[in-house]
Amino acid sequence: MSEFALEVSGLGKRYRVGGAPHTDLRDWIRNAVTRPWALARRAPRGESFWALRDVSFDVRPGEVVGVVGANGAGKSTLLKILSEITEPTRGHADIRGRVGCLLEVGAGFHPELTGRENVYLSASILGMRRHEIQQRFDEIIAFAEISRFIDTPVKRYSSGMYLRLAFSVAAHLETEILIVDEILAVGDAAFQRKCIQKMADVSSSGRTVLFVSHNAGAVRQLCSRGLWLREGELALDASADEAVAAYLGELDERAGRDLSQRNDRSGRGQSRLVGLRIHSAGRETEKVAVGDDVRIEFEVSRTLPDLSCWFAVQDAQGAVVASFPSESLPEGAASESHAVFTCELPKLLLRPGRYRVPVILRAGPEVQDRIESAAVFEVIDGAVDGVPVTANGDPGTVHLPHAWIVPPAD
Amino acid sequence: MAAGSVSQPRRIEASRAWKLGDAGELWRYRDLLWFFTLRNIQVRYKQAVFGALWAVIRPFTAMVVLNLFFGVWLGLAQRVDTGIPYPVFLFAGLLPWTFFSESVRGAGESLVLNADLVRKIYFPRIVVPLASLGVPLLDFAISVVILLAMMVWYGVAISVSVLWIPALLVSMLLTVIGVGTLLSALAVSFRDFKYVIPFMIQIWFYATPVIYPLSALPEGGQWLASLNPVAGPIAAFRAVLLGTPLDTASWLLSTFVGLTLTIAGLLWFHRVERRFADVV
Repeated sequence: MSEFALEVSGLGKRYRVGGAPHTDLRDWIRNAVTRPWALARRAPRGESFWALRDVSFDVRPGEVVGVVGANGAGKSTLLKILSEITEPTRGHADIRGRVGCLLEVGAGFHPELTGRENVYLSASILGMRRHEIQQRFDEIIAFAEISRFIDTPVKRYSSGMYLRLAFSVAAHLETEILIVDEILAVGDAAFQRKCIQKMADVSSSGRTVLFVSHNAGAVRQLCSRGLWLREGELALDASADEAVAAYLGELDERAGRDLSQRNDRSGRGQSRLVGLRIHSAGRETEKVAVGDDVRIEFEVSRTLPDLSCWFAVQDAQGAVVASFPSESLPEGAASESHAVFTCELPKLLLRPGRYRVPVILRAGPEVQDRIESAAVFEVIDGAVDGVPVTANGDPGTVHLPHAWIVPPAD
Repeated sequence: MAAGSVSQPRRIEASRAWKLGDAGELWRYRDLLWFFTLRNIQVRYKQAVFGALWAVIRPFTAMVVLNLFFGVWLGLAQRVDTGIPYPVFLFAGLLPWTFFSESVRGAGESLVLNADLVRKIYFPRIVVPLASLGVPLLDFAISVVILLAMMVWYGVAISVSVLWIPALLVSMLLTVIGVGTLLSALAVSFRDFKYVIPFMIQIWFYATPVIYPLSALPEGGQWLASLNPVAGPIAAFRAVLLGTPLDTASWLLSTFVGLTLTIAGLLWFHRVERRFADVV
């Protein structure tokens, strides 16, 4: 007898390209008049593509499964189908147990309402019953660390407080199956640790969890099994380590392509990253020596008011070594085509190895463009202040200048 | 939350079934319906300086203006002698009409306004248009008190038949749910409905016996007007409140059309609801 919590079989989802079907009444009427037979046959008009193709897998109760893949690989589509937000075009999924779904923090939050009112609303949208909310209310508030402000409208909250409360509501959802998307990307570092801890508690409590994230470290830490999606297909169903490694390999491979042609990106898209150039020792390169001066140029397709560029440096395992938020353009900055953000890194203190560069362009708080692996570069042996630094097999990714004083020989 | 026993799996697959709704699921989500309704009411009254006063100001102002133009200057008050002072007659029609138009407007735009939720979370979608009915219902209740005060002021006797008002409200709700869910689903598929709905409501207002009694219409027109699902409840509301005679046949016809619309609205809504997240 099969007692899977989740049985997914041949799941597929087709979307139409070029927006929704007949959102324009005029087109619809014109078609109804000129080609009534086409409407009757429900002929798919325009281009369509499969966001998800023939995906099958089973999950046993209590398993914690990470889903990784580049933007556009079909991760969100899979989660949306499993949480019944949208229906599949083909195939089916059988689910045993209540499903709780966290695709967004702050679902249903309204700025005018107080924290207390929002907790009740948001929790009931997520599927909690009134008595369950009452039972857990104190816990939710304590976890979010905002008990003093619980009767203040959330429009007066800082963004950190808002996110903490929103995550806290979601984290206290108690269902047999939990579907989580990117939720750990909220709040400050301390709160992120708390969230990871909470997720670890959830996964060790015997509940079934499906966890989607770009955070390779979190997937490896929390999940026992990993699914790697590539271009809508399930490319690998293996251990979390293997799936993450395969995903990171894909990122490295994509990093070599022309940035303006890549579609593994998300965001509003008014401004996009179209070029990334690393300069060192007076030339453009992909190899940089430890201790060299480095200049990285980010070419954007368009400037927007309040536009800023953020990038990070990740090690080969996907852990972030350092992040670099730029200043924003002034509020009144004009929209111009092709501008360049430049970041100077005097004396590169990274140890030899391969590094990945994720980039996010934002206009104000809104993400315009996000690419998980915009570039990959290699750090080769070099020297810092005349002291050689080489790939000698020692762990660590950062070289901190230092001096040893050892006991004298005699 | 879609609860199911552990042994019986729930299947997720493409479905094109026609159904009126899932009462069991809606019952499981009754707390959400309540909190959603509460949110709409809270937000409405927290944002506006005059708050609950708006419930009174709008229909009252409309009554004053319409009375002046149609009742006094155009002489409608004399021409259609109902035995009731025209302002009272008018207000008694405006209240159910305002409830209807505000509900339909609110329900119609509700799904598009809550697009973020629809895209991100699963819950029975019907909760969204249903929860938008709380505000007009509350406004209606407040206005009825004003109407009763007006009747006292004008010396119109309040008959015992006012006790029928809750029953009439239910028949009105039928029409509202039908038209509201239909429009909310259409507004997701066709963005033009943002402009169609206010326009439609405006035309509908003049086609409905609100500023004039049904009896002011010629014979054939009366029959035609009874096909209007709002006409019946409004006429009935006036009749029970002001103690005027009720045209039962026309009311039944109107209610029947309302019931048909509700079935059509719910069927259509549940047929297309699983596509909402893709198009909204």
